Amino acid sequence: MKTMRSLKTLFAALLLAPTLAFAAGAALHLDKAPDVSGDKAALQNGAKLFVNYCLNCHGASALRYNKLLDLGLTEQQIKDNLMFTTDKIGEQMKVAIRPEDAKKWFGAAPPDLSLIARARASADGSGADWLYTYLRSFYRDDKRPTGWNNVVFANVGMPHILYELQGEQVLGPDHKLTLAVPGQLSPAEYDTQIRDLVGFLVWMGEPTSGLRKQLGVAVLLFLGVLFVLAYLLKKEYWKDIH
Amino acid sequence: MANTNFEKYKSDGSLPGNLLEWVDARFPATAMWKGHLSEYYAPKNFNFWYFFGSLALLVLVIQIVTGIFLVMHYKPDASLNAAGIPVAFASVEYIMRDVPWGWLVRYMHSTGASAFFIVVYLHMFRGLLYGSYRQPRELIWVFGVLIFLCLMAEAFFGYLLPWGQMSFWGAQVIVNLFGAIPLIGEPLSIWVRGDFVIGDATLNRFFSFHVIAIPLVLIGLIAAHILALHEVGSNNPDGVEIKKKKDENGIPLDGIPFHPYYTVKDIVGVVVFLMVFSLVVFFAPEGGGYFLEYNNFFPADPLKTPPHIAPVWYFTPYYSVLRAMVWNFFGLDAKFWGVVGMGASVVVFAFLPWLDRSPVKSIRYRGPIFKSFLTAFVICFFILGYLGTQAPSYWGEKVSQVCTVIYFAFFLLMPWYSKIDKYKPEPERVTWK
Repeated sequence: MKTMRSLKTLFAALLLAPTLAFAAGAALHLDKAPDVSGDKAALQNGAKLFVNYCLNCHGASALRYNKLLDLGLTEQQIKDNLMFTTDKIGEQMKVAIRPEDAKKWFGAAPPDLSLIARARASADGSGADWLYTYLRSFYRDDKRPTGWNNVVFANVGMPHILYELQGEQVLGPDHKLTLAVPGQLSPAEYDTQIRDLVGFLVWMGEPTSGLRKQLGVAVLLFLGVLFVLAYLLKKEYWKDIH
Repeated sequence: MANTNFEKYKSDGSLPGNLLEWVDARFPATAMWKGHLSEYYAPKNFNFWYFFGSLALLVLVIQIVTGIFLVMHYKPDASLNAAGIPVAFASVEYIMRDVPWGWLVRYMHSTGASAFFIVVYLHMFRGLLYGSYRQPRELIWVFGVLIFLCLMAEAFFGYLLPWGQMSFWGAQVIVNLFGAIPLIGEPLSIWVRGDFVIGDATLNRFFSFHVIAIPLVLIGLIAAHILALHEVGSNNPDGVEIKKKKDENGIPLDGIPFHPYYTVKDIVGVVVFLMVFSLVVFFAPEGGGYFLEYNNFFPADPLKTPPHIAPVWYFTPYYSVLRAMVWNFFGLDAKFWGVVGMGASVVVFAFLPWLDRSPVKSIRYRGPIFKSFLTAFVICFFILGYLGTQAPSYWGEKVSQVCTVIYFAFFLLMPWYSKIDKYKPEPERVTWK
């Protein structure tokens, strides 16, 4: 009996140990990104921001322009407003900058953004949360070659491309960001723009995710019916087993 | 039990009857159908734990069929495309976006890999619960451990193919382990990679192993596993042999024909499994970062080492055993002993039939010592698995060392504790309802 009790204590200790071991890890605080996956107007706005601000340096090589039809845009709208690097609607979103130039200017070639919203997910939060916080966390730092630094991504190579919209933030001694020079947009308006841009990046990471979930519901309903039939069939056969 | 001396089919004069008679004269169709299904007598008292064998077979079929379609579009090529993305990585996204239903096929395959390990772990745990590895089923168990080893190799080779950061660095870490073997280590790891780092040569050979070599061996071993099972007959939750009590026709009193009874029962299991499987495939294909690691959505970059390299969840218990070994022994590096420990933690399963000295098979009739050891083993397995997903830490290391000791104690002390344990008498016949 005594061995049983000490074994039980041991189990309890073993179960608790990992939580103690890892409680100390400091987590990055990320703001929750609003979900705009069902809001086509927001996603279209995100696409516009992406093409105007991001696509100069970052490619989206897994995304074809005509995939934007899924966002409720017409082929003509896409051609007139969003295509600057090609005239073929079936082409992928290629980057305008040459990779070797980008590497020279920023120290590293800007990554392709097709999957960035999926890749940036972690235990700290979703990829959307990371991007939403990152794009709102640039601050002035004269020690960096670009003059910009970021709270979420320390010593990032990318300058604050959207500074015209947001204005210039500075990092206080209390590690809080404050707006030193206002931009064209109010902080609330800027957050909305970033929300839309992040929404678009999330959509771009897996454009079929909407269809996937819809189909999932149908498949589960079908399996539910099949389960009832399979269960009744089993019951019918097994009633002779005594 | 798989009697193959069945009479050949005699036609009733109908066309299908004539055809079957023609086939039966040339191929043991009727004998196989009867021996393995309609007249294979399985114990009638199978419970929940007995679903996972047939489910493992189902997942194998899912993996093979989805794999065939993935190979039609996947390209094992580490060179960069015009956009600077590795061709292999880009071909996976091509499947996800441009191949009709490619996303579904790919998610079924990636979820199937984790599902395979879940059902196989539950299947193995069933064996531990009811002593399914005991005499006369030692070979079934040994084939099973070999299947498990193949499955691990298959998963390891397959994980490199998406050519993401975790694919690359995970393979780098594991292949580097061979370097810990004295004298031959370095040349061996270069030979395995075909290069000084994981590269195009490695990707191509892993692809070859993943789609041809390992699946061939796997299917052969699964056939041997099932043939050996049908030769001696299935164990059951009471761990008593149903063949000891037979009726006047030589049919076990507690046996029922596998078909139709267990085929209809397994269909229920299949549907429930598919519901859980669909929940993951359609609503959480990343499995919270455990089935598809987030970092693997970054293309492989040999110049950028991720801060934390974790294997996929199903390897993490053994990975923890590897990391738990931090001492140099006999002039050999701790890393070498880590590799030895990791290998031993898998291979030790094969020796179970000869380590267990209990007079009963099933947990139902075993005493408190075995139950305690089994519980401790399962808890340690989970803790080791959890720690393997985490970055190394002081306490993580200490806990994983304690768990490693308990893990091996479960096996190595078994000859002693299974003998001295108190046990209850087994029933004459299976208990049912």
